[in-house]
Amino acid sequence: MPATEQPTDVVRRRRPRARLVARYLLLTLGAVIVLFPVYMALVNSLLLPSQIAHQPPPLIPTNPQWHTYPDAWTGGHLGIYLRNSAVQTVIIVAGQLVTSILAAFAFAFLEFPLKKTLFIVFLMTLMIPFEVTVATNLTTVSSLGWFNSFPGLTLPFLATGFGVFLLRQAFLQIPRDLKEAAQLDGYGHLRFLWAVAIPLARPAIAALGVFSFLGAWNQYLWPLLVTGNDNSVRTVQIGLKQLLNTQLDQLNVSLAGTIIAIAPLIVLLVVFQKQLVRSLTAGAVK
Amino acid sequence: MARVHFANVSKRYGDVAAVDDLSLEVADGELLVLLGPSGCGKTTALRMVAGLEEVTEGSLMIGDDLVNDVDPKDRDVAMVFQSYALYPHMSVAKNIEFPLRQRKIETAERKQRALEAATTLGLEDLMDRKPGQLSGGQRQRVALARAIVRDPRVFLMDEPLSNLDAKLRVQTRGDIVALQRRLGTTTLYVTHDQVEAMTMGHRIAVMQGGRLQQVAAPQDLYERPANTFVATFLGSPGMNLIPARRQGDELVTPSGSLVVPAELSGIAPGEVTLGARPESLSLGTEGLRATVSLVEMLGAETQVHCKLEGGTTLVVRQGHDQVRPDLGHSVLVSVDPSSLHAFDAATGDRIEGSQ
Repeated sequence: MPATEQPTDVVRRRRPRARLVARYLLLTLGAVIVLFPVYMALVNSLLLPSQIAHQPPPLIPTNPQWHTYPDAWTGGHLGIYLRNSAVQTVIIVAGQLVTSILAAFAFAFLEFPLKKTLFIVFLMTLMIPFEVTVATNLTTVSSLGWFNSFPGLTLPFLATGFGVFLLRQAFLQIPRDLKEAAQLDGYGHLRFLWAVAIPLARPAIAALGVFSFLGAWNQYLWPLLVTGNDNSVRTVQIGLKQLLNTQLDQLNVSLAGTIIAIAPLIVLLVVFQKQLVRSLTAGAVK
Repeated sequence: MARVHFANVSKRYGDVAAVDDLSLEVADGELLVLLGPSGCGKTTALRMVAGLEEVTEGSLMIGDDLVNDVDPKDRDVAMVFQSYALYPHMSVAKNIEFPLRQRKIETAERKQRALEAATTLGLEDLMDRKPGQLSGGQRQRVALARAIVRDPRVFLMDEPLSNLDAKLRVQTRGDIVALQRRLGTTTLYVTHDQVEAMTMGHRIAVMQGGRLQQVAAPQDLYERPANTFVATFLGSPGMNLIPARRQGDELVTPSGSLVVPAELSGIAPGEVTLGARPESLSLGTEGLRATVSLVEMLGAETQVHCKLEGGTTLVVRQGHDQVRPDLGHSVLVSVDPSSLHAFDAATGDRIEGSQ
């Protein structure tokens, strides 16, 4: 019966397509909601201050004011602040990776007394908001005389319970046989870590790197507290706030500064997008 | 190359003895198979040789060295794991070279030796592949190549064939035996598969419940099992056991009596467990009364399961040209008296003087 078969065939083919269209519409909507403020910041940074206040605000800059970017760069000392942010971020990311990898390795592969208890203690640090420990940290950094310095800026963030947890899970996926085979072949813990465990856990390590980069780059409260009035170590986030305060009538310049400050993050996300998604969905699909 | 010697070796986890008072010597160049059901302690024994488990009691020697407290890396043993334990992010070449990297061997020599090992196992064309791109059999060969590349004193193999399909297993079995005979390296091979054990080992050590049951050459093990466990574990199917009692010149079973054969004349009056291999039983005109409960045709042979009065089931092996009885029919199972075994009814130990 070819006459009746044909329509059912079409229906069968159309249904997944309808679902696909709906799915894309939903995703597009989500993307618009997330990206719209960023887009508006970009647009407003190219408008004249008088145009920003206009209602409704223009969605496309007809007369783009490109000079706002050099203005923000020089007026806000963004060059030095960006450098400071970069140094601070690199120290924190490197510190977190090293401490997390080593601690996670111990929790995943070694046997030692109180292993479970210690791991729970590590996990508990995840549940304490940073604000709770801020006062103690300030006292410590101050007693060390590390105000206005990179050590002071980065010390409280060199270890992370989240990183230990994330990497421990990744290391636990590595079969024990591999560790034992390497042991028989003369590989000690660190050699095994370097030659086998780290390469195999690379997606998770990359993800931790990206997360800690985002966290470090976007820090506000702690740099504000420890850098005081010293320009030499102030980070870009504090710089932006300062820019906003000094250029109250020049919102477009402040927004240009904001765009400059988030540019490194966007580059990072684009480069590491694959790793990030893979690590977030790891285990979910398997 | 070296002998491996277990002297009263035990491994305990709390109160549980995984290996209990094991004394066993693997001769230089020998392939000894540790055979037993899962949980019998065979893998633990192997891992103690590797140094991956500590010895609780006794002494373990490799060559002339007491190795109880020697680090795994200093024991000069290579192990092939059941899972192969290949490094998934490294190519075949890198995997095979891996054990040499730690030994400060120059790159050129390292590559040369890895290539030789690979060539031995027919892997030379796969050197750039990753383990994920290989078939099960190829992965298995990479694991073997990685073991032979550093020319260790002892090979340890932990069920290396259990992840292969039946056909490949038979072929690889032969390959491993040929390789071991050629290299002459002392090898301890763990398996639960009695066919593997029978075909591969110079000798077989049968373990159960952490204890060594018997160690002997395959044929001796088959022909003179030390107890009922070994008798039933080896052979496919294993030996038939028939509870009986000696009364005068007769062995009385619930299904009829047998005349005590001359070989078993030494057994004392009273309870005894008789043992008969399926091939020494036949369906005839005299013997033990039984009912046919299952007929399995395997092509070249037929296995007839016969239920005796009293509940014992015997398996009779028949040639394919013999008449197959129908299910549920009454038959008479005759026993070749010269191949009858006798075991102590209480302990299950072989009664010497039998067979």
